[in-house]
Amino acid sequence: MNVQLSSEELDNEDIDKIIEISGANLFACYQCGKCTAGCPTSEFMDIPPHEVIRLLQFGQIEEILCKNTLWICASCITCAVRCPKGVDLSKIMEALRQIFLRKNVNYVHPNEVPNEELQTLPQIALIANFRKFTH
Amino acid sequence: MLTVSYMPGCTLKTTGRNYEDSMLKLLYKLNVKVEELKNWFCCGTTYSMASDNLMNQLAPIRTLLRAKQTGRRELLVLCSMCYNTLRRAQDLVLHDEEKRNKINEFMYLEETNFNGDEVRVIHLLNYLKEFIGFETLADGIIKKTSDLKVAPYYGCMLLRPEEISIDESSENPGIMEELFQACGIDNVYFPFKTECCGSYQTVNKKDIVISRTSKIINSAVNNKADMITTSCPLCYFNLDSSQGTLVDNVPGFKTIPVMYVSQILALFVGIEDATDYSMHSIDPRPVLKEKGLLG
Repeated sequence: MNVQLSSEELDNEDIDKIIEISGANLFACYQCGKCTAGCPTSEFMDIPPHEVIRLLQFGQIEEILCKNTLWICASCITCAVRCPKGVDLSKIMEALRQIFLRKNVNYVHPNEVPNEELQTLPQIALIANFRKFTH
Repeated sequence: MLTVSYMPGCTLKTTGRNYEDSMLKLLYKLNVKVEELKNWFCCGTTYSMASDNLMNQLAPIRTLLRAKQTGRRELLVLCSMCYNTLRRAQDLVLHDEEKRNKINEFMYLEETNFNGDEVRVIHLLNYLKEFIGFETLADGIIKKTSDLKVAPYYGCMLLRPEEISIDESSENPGIMEELFQACGIDNVYFPFKTECCGSYQTVNKKDIVISRTSKIINSAVNNKADMITTSCPLCYFNLDSSQGTLVDNVPGFKTIPVMYVSQILALFVGIEDATDYSMHSIDPRPVLKEKGLLG
C-alpha cells in the first residue's frame, strides 16, 4: 500500500474516537498478520484486517472507510482470540462501522430486503444485520 | 424434579422451532421442568461492542433481571447468539463498576438492581453435562446404531471471546463430542467445526455465506460424516438453506442434513414426534431411516 502521510492526518481525532469506542490499543499491533491468516472472510475484503490496523496507526481512516473490509467482517472474533498482542480487532471493526453509521448513513437499507427473504430469514439474522449495518 | 428458568429468544419460536420443541420434550423426559421467563426481552442478537453506547446492553440486562426475580440461579439458553449476548452483557456489568451503576440508575423503575453475579447464564450443552450428567443421559438411550457419524459444529458464538466459551478450549472444543461419545453416537473430527458460517451476512451478502458454508459442509462430508449437528439457529439456517444453491451451482456437490443437538438426542431417547422434518431444506429422514433410527 502506498499512502502519503501528513502531520494533520497523524493527529486525527477520529482515531481517538476509534480507540475510545473500541477500547483497543492500536499501537500494540506489530503486524504479524495472524488476524488476516485466520479471518474466515478476508478473501472478500478490499484490504486485509492487519492492514486496517496499520492504516489506523498512521491516521488513515478515510482510506479504510471507503473500502468494504468493515462491512465484510462477520464479528466471529477469531482475530481477537488469536492476537498475540491482545488487540481486539473485532472491536476496532465495530468502532469503524460506528464512525461511518453515526453520520446518519445506513449501509444496509432494511426496506430494500426483498419480501420473500423477510419471510424465510431467521429473526436473529435480520436483527443482527440491521444492528451492525444501520444507525 | 429439577426446575430451570429458560429464555428462548426470538428465533426458537419461528425458524428454530425444531430446536425448542425437541429440547422441551427431551428435558421433560429427563425429568426437568423448564419454565420460560414470563417477560423476556430480545437480547439484541449481537453484543454491542461500542463501549460508549450502553443502550444496547439494557435489553439483555433486563432479561437477566427477570431471571434474578425468579429466585433461581440458572438461566437456560439454547440459542448461541442469545448465550453470547447475555453472557457478555453480564460480564460487562460484573466487571465495570461505573457502567454497572449507570445501567442500574437508568433502570431506576425496576424493583431491584442487577450486579452481574446473581444469575448464571447456562447453555443447553453445559446444562446437560452439569445438571443431568452425560452418563444419566446415556442411560436413557434406547436406540442403538452402529454407524451414524455425526459432525459436531460449534460455530462462533458459543466459543468466542474465550471468557464466555462453553468449553475449556475455544480453539478445539470437545463438549459435543464428549456428549455423543457418552451416548454411543460416533462423531467425526472435522477441522471446520469452529469456523464462522458467515452469520448475519446472509441478509445482504449471500456469496460470503455460500463460500463459508460450502467449505464447512465439504469438510464434514470429506471426513465421512452423515450429519452435521449444531446448536445455533443461524448456523443451522445458513448450513441447511445454502445447500440448495450449492447443488445447483457446484457439480458433484454432496448434500448433508443438518440437525440440532436436541433433535438427535430426542431421537436416541425414543421421542419420535419432536421434530417437524418439513422445516429442513435437506431432509434428514433418508439418512435416519438408513441408520435404523426412524421406522
